Amino acid sequence: MAVSGLLHRRPGLRVGLLLTPPMLWLGVAYLGALAALFVTAFWGQNSFTGDVERTWTLDNFRNLFTIDVYRTITVRTLGIAVLVTLLDALIAFPVALFMAKVASPRAQRLLLVAVVMPLWASYLVKAYAWRGMLGTGGLVSWVAAPFGLDTPGYGLTAVIITLAYLWLPYMILPIFAGLERLPGSLLEASADLGARSTTTLRRVVLPVVFPAIVAGSLFTFSLTLGDYIAVRIVGGANQMLGNVVYDNVGAANNLPFAAAVATIPVVVMVIYLTAVRRTGALENL
Amino acid sequence: MKKITAIASAVVLAAGLAACGTTSGGGGGGGGGTSAGAGTFTAPDVPMKKSLGAMEGQVNILAWPGYAEDGSNDKSVDWVTPFEKKTGCQANVKYFGTSDEALTLMKTGQYDVVSASGDASLRLIASGDAAPVNTALLKSYPDIQPFLKDRAWNSVNGQMYGVPQGWGANLLMWRKDKVKPAPTGWDAVFEKNPPYAGKITAYDSPIYIADAALHLMNTQPDLGIKNPYALDQKQLDAAVAVLKQQRPQISEYWSDYLKEQQAFTSGDTLIGTTWQFIANLVEADKVPVGVLFPSKGSTGWSDTWMVSSKSKNSNCAYAWMDYIAGPSANAQSAEYFGEAPANAKACDLTTDKSFCATYHAADKAYADKIWYWTTPIKQCLDGRKDATCTDYGQWTQAWTEIKG
Repeated sequence: MAVSGLLHRRPGLRVGLLLTPPMLWLGVAYLGALAALFVTAFWGQNSFTGDVERTWTLDNFRNLFTIDVYRTITVRTLGIAVLVTLLDALIAFPVALFMAKVASPRAQRLLLVAVVMPLWASYLVKAYAWRGMLGTGGLVSWVAAPFGLDTPGYGLTAVIITLAYLWLPYMILPIFAGLERLPGSLLEASADLGARSTTTLRRVVLPVVFPAIVAGSLFTFSLTLGDYIAVRIVGGANQMLGNVVYDNVGAANNLPFAAAVATIPVVVMVIYLTAVRRTGALENL
Repeated sequence: MKKITAIASAVVLAAGLAACGTTSGGGGGGGGGTSAGAGTFTAPDVPMKKSLGAMEGQVNILAWPGYAEDGSNDKSVDWVTPFEKKTGCQANVKYFGTSDEALTLMKTGQYDVVSASGDASLRLIASGDAAPVNTALLKSYPDIQPFLKDRAWNSVNGQMYGVPQGWGANLLMWRKDKVKPAPTGWDAVFEKNPPYAGKITAYDSPIYIADAALHLMNTQPDLGIKNPYALDQKQLDAAVAVLKQQRPQISEYWSDYLKEQQAFTSGDTLIGTTWQFIANLVEADKVPVGVLFPSKGSTGWSDTWMVSSKSKNSNCAYAWMDYIAGPSANAQSAEYFGEAPANAKACDLTTDKSFCATYHAADKAYADKIWYWTTPIKQCLDGRKDATCTDYGQWTQAWTEIKG
């Protein structure tokens, strides 16, 4: 009784107690881990035994900027992330539009389930399924054969296809939510004023849904930026930033350098989020 | 740094002996060092086990796939369960894909015993992660082939750091139905315009640079490579150039044996590096593949079971080493993996009676033709005093650049 009375009389204490666990999580577990990452990036490594040497050095960042291969890999990773995001936006928009504005309530529910369903299966199962489909004699080459085409095989194209498939639901759902909020009366008004459907799409739907697309792109872009599994499975001999991190942690055991590499996606995402904040997309998440 | 210098001088001494032995042998390879001999290597002071005690009830094993099968993949392949019944030690097995991964996992201190290859063992000893092994406590040890004992990668100053498990070569595998004529050597994967461009595979590890160096040893003698693990900067650059030229012809690199098995089965990969064990799996899938030990030599491995210096279950760990190096378990694991068993008596217990003959298990001369994985270090392993060699860190860096 005394405790609840105290909490009633002291709203500040109430809020404080309520916020402590999430703040601890954010401060210690999340930001603390990030801080540890940055600190590690300034340490060295004994290249023979693989032990971390806790002496301050800028060598990791120097290597990162002076050795060409890391620039190549960064550019490649960014390119893949942009392409995956564009591809997902292109596929997701019509699907979401149909779900939000055309389908009956019953069909809408079924479609929602259908969109979310792939998320029930394991990432690895889906990636290996694409490995099977894209391989020699796989489903893709079988479908493409009548058109005189062939499977792209394992490589960057396969990576983009696989990642676009994996992250598609994360693009469809925000766009769908954005379109749901678009009042039908706006579309009718546009039609009444004599706009064709393409004009309505361009001048009414797209401006309203744009922040939602950006919100979706946050998922597809950041998830692609950090991915290293799909490229190992279907990427042939190519590598992305995640692979460099993985190889330096799991193989070379060079934690400091891995930490330095890992700051690249963090920096990219900070820049991206700053840019995105201006579009109001963050309110759509 | 002192430690490294010390190790290096020990290895230099050892390799000096090896180099003397191989220069007369011509281009046909030559083992990566003989006895560690009387060097000045002062390994970190890690206490050795003096006597055996009561079993702890469990042991955490870090093993190459195929070295500690418990019947979960295939009911008929199980030598872990008999060990558990015999000793009362529950065996918790974790597989690793590359030596580097094993090294990282060993640093966690969660594993009692590891099957380390030569490219990892010296690093384990130098970092103090592996403890010296008291071979007097192991009943199976006297039966181990003498040419596997006290080698550069498993002992320091005559002190063994483990028990040999087995050895074998990195082999060349190809699809018989697609690759004609059959390849005769590593040239098939390193030549400039190979007929199977884009369908070649290679092992995904910095240690694969040694394969290119071995190729250069046979094709460009003027580079002066005497040991593929002792490359100065110029020689490393040459090997890297070979691998960069090979890079566009690679379908994918493999370190996961399942990935290689699937790629050969589907035909996405037609030719490349393999282990006998993978070839057996592919053949079991009815895929026509040929396997070759190129006559000009090859790289390979000689694996050693080592005990962690942080082991909490050292009695069970010793029991495991004794058991897996014993004739019966060693025969089973070596036959399943496709390598020559370390225990001489294992040869009588293999299901295929010609197994040991096929794998040259008792054939020291053949074993010496393999350049066993050895960690490259700054001091040249081939005994050169006037040159600085490239170390594993530089190889790792180079490997990232090769893959691009």
